Amino acid sequence: MSAATTIEYRIPPQPRFRAFIHRLREGDEVAHVLTLVFAALILLLTSMLVYELWVNSRLSRTKFGWMFLWTRVWDPIFGNFGAAPFIYGTLVTAIVSLVIAVPLGLAGSIFLAELAPPKLSDSIAFLIDLLAAVPSVIYGLLGIFIVVPVMRTTLGPVLKSALGFLPLFQGRNYGVGFLTGGIVLAIMVVPFIISVSREVLLTVPSEQREAALALGSTRWESTWKVVIPWARTGIMGSIFLALARALGETMAVTMVIGNDPKISASLFAPGYTIAAVIANEFTEATGDLYLSALIELGLVLFLMTFILNGLARLLIVATERGGGHP
Amino acid sequence: MKKTPLLASLLLCLTATVGAQSNGTVLLNAAGATFPYPIYSKWFDVYHTEHPNAQINYQSIGSGGGIRQLLAGTVDFGASDGPMTDEQLSQAKFKILHFPTVLGAVVPTYNVQGAAGDLNFTQKALAGIYMGQITKWNDPEIAKPNPGVKLPGDDIVVVHRSDGSGTSYIWTDFLSKASADWKSKVGMGTSVNWPVGLGGKGNEGVSGLVKQTPNSIGYIELIYAVQNNIPYGKVQNVSGKFVKADLAGVTSAAAAAVKEIPDDFRVSITNAPGAGSYPISSFTWLLIPAQIQDAAKRNAIKDFVKWMLTEGQNYNEGLSYARLPKPVLVKEMKAISLIQ
Repeated sequence: MSAATTIEYRIPPQPRFRAFIHRLREGDEVAHVLTLVFAALILLLTSMLVYELWVNSRLSRTKFGWMFLWTRVWDPIFGNFGAAPFIYGTLVTAIVSLVIAVPLGLAGSIFLAELAPPKLSDSIAFLIDLLAAVPSVIYGLLGIFIVVPVMRTTLGPVLKSALGFLPLFQGRNYGVGFLTGGIVLAIMVVPFIISVSREVLLTVPSEQREAALALGSTRWESTWKVVIPWARTGIMGSIFLALARALGETMAVTMVIGNDPKISASLFAPGYTIAAVIANEFTEATGDLYLSALIELGLVLFLMTFILNGLARLLIVATERGGGHP
Repeated sequence: MKKTPLLASLLLCLTATVGAQSNGTVLLNAAGATFPYPIYSKWFDVYHTEHPNAQINYQSIGSGGGIRQLLAGTVDFGASDGPMTDEQLSQAKFKILHFPTVLGAVVPTYNVQGAAGDLNFTQKALAGIYMGQITKWNDPEIAKPNPGVKLPGDDIVVVHRSDGSGTSYIWTDFLSKASADWKSKVGMGTSVNWPVGLGGKGNEGVSGLVKQTPNSIGYIELIYAVQNNIPYGKVQNVSGKFVKADLAGVTSAAAAAVKEIPDDFRVSITNAPGAGSYPISSFTWLLIPAQIQDAAKRNAIKDFVKWMLTEGQNYNEGLSYARLPKPVLVKEMKAISLIQ
């Protein structure tokens, strides 16, 4: 043993290998390899998902081509399939939900992080995390039994009389439709925005606040002009998380949206989303083309999420260049 | 420490199944229709207690899924609310036999102010409403067979199933027979391109929407309506009589259709003749391969079908399913020998 050690000392080649062995003993390399494998698994999983969707939607892709994206018919009996009403419904409900959820979520998180006493903040944050874990079918039931009747008897008529001049709030109000879907989605994603944004706001160093206060700004000015810009990236992140959930949500949406594949300007009108139609029709889809079209819808949803996430990243990069925090 | 009982029971389960299998237990896998799931799970459960060496594991994943899994060979037999089409049968690498198990019916349910009693619906009225051609409740086609009922002049809100289902299959099969227009423009299937209306998920989704939405109409399974005390209307049959669906009327429709039942049992019994026949009903089928290599499995399946046609039928009424008529049972008994 001792001889071997002396030889080792004398010959310095293979330093990389030796370094590797050394670090392996220390655990560094093991951790490196293991984490690399797990990170690569994500990549593998995503690419396999796309591959499966791509291969299994071949029949529908070759038959309809790009027309699939803007055909408005969905007819399983006569074999005509188009994704337009579903893409439209998915985008509209997601936008409506964000329009409602972002101001609410932001206000809530600012209060909890900046203004509320820590005890109150912690207990409310606990409840919010609880909300984020509620299964979506529960939100769907909430939608059917509470939001839908309120929309039909109270909220809908009020919106109609106040904003009825806009095409968005015209037409027949069934209680189910884009707006109801958006509202239920908003209720579901608000906890995500509040929870993540609050955490991010809490990580803003207190020196930042103190500096702003020392310069003579009010509490609100320090929050709005210093703390929020500092935490902007994280807050945006929470919103994108919410967007992703809104795009992919199935159960709660299908229970309140009316499930009618039509494109209508009115938010009162019934619609349909991609995730909902897949969940509704996949089990009973018998024809090969039918199945293939449903899988292509899945591919479309994946690409939509991909593109929206990409745009979101660009938005972050752009706003960071505009100034703000490091 | 907390985890120990769970782990122990898991291990127990494992050894139990392994032990059972080595004792010659036959484990059959089946998948398919959701509509007959309550009676199927009852049957499989009772059958297993009476025949401890046969166990049937049924996944109610939907008729389409059942057919797909059967074609892929991942299950021993399938179940479907609609008979397989010629195209699907030609895709199969093996011959598939249809065995009717129970009867189900679909009923119209509605929410109309002022219409307390049972509304009478002509076939033309139902087809017109679902085509979007009849849009008001006081349309003469609806009003005429309902003298004395003051129907409102409001728009009809049409509700249909959003998920693919055997219920929609029976409903659209009936509408296709009621209206040539429906047949050529919409057609029949587990999901169709609905000309009008809102979609509700499942029987509970449709009945929920109808209950909540004034002036609406929808369709649900008879057993769902009976079990939940949901009022439903009468439908005119081919003899011109307005029939309120009940188990006897459904069985009578099947009995009336039996004279024309083909040897492969693939038959629609909507609009069956006979004064008492309810026009919107259907068989639901087990799909069994004609050739089964494994002798133990083959015998178990044959034995189960025999049991289902005799003793099994006694459980039907308790779960609000209609019995198969005698001639069908006799014919099916003979067909069991086709499983080889």
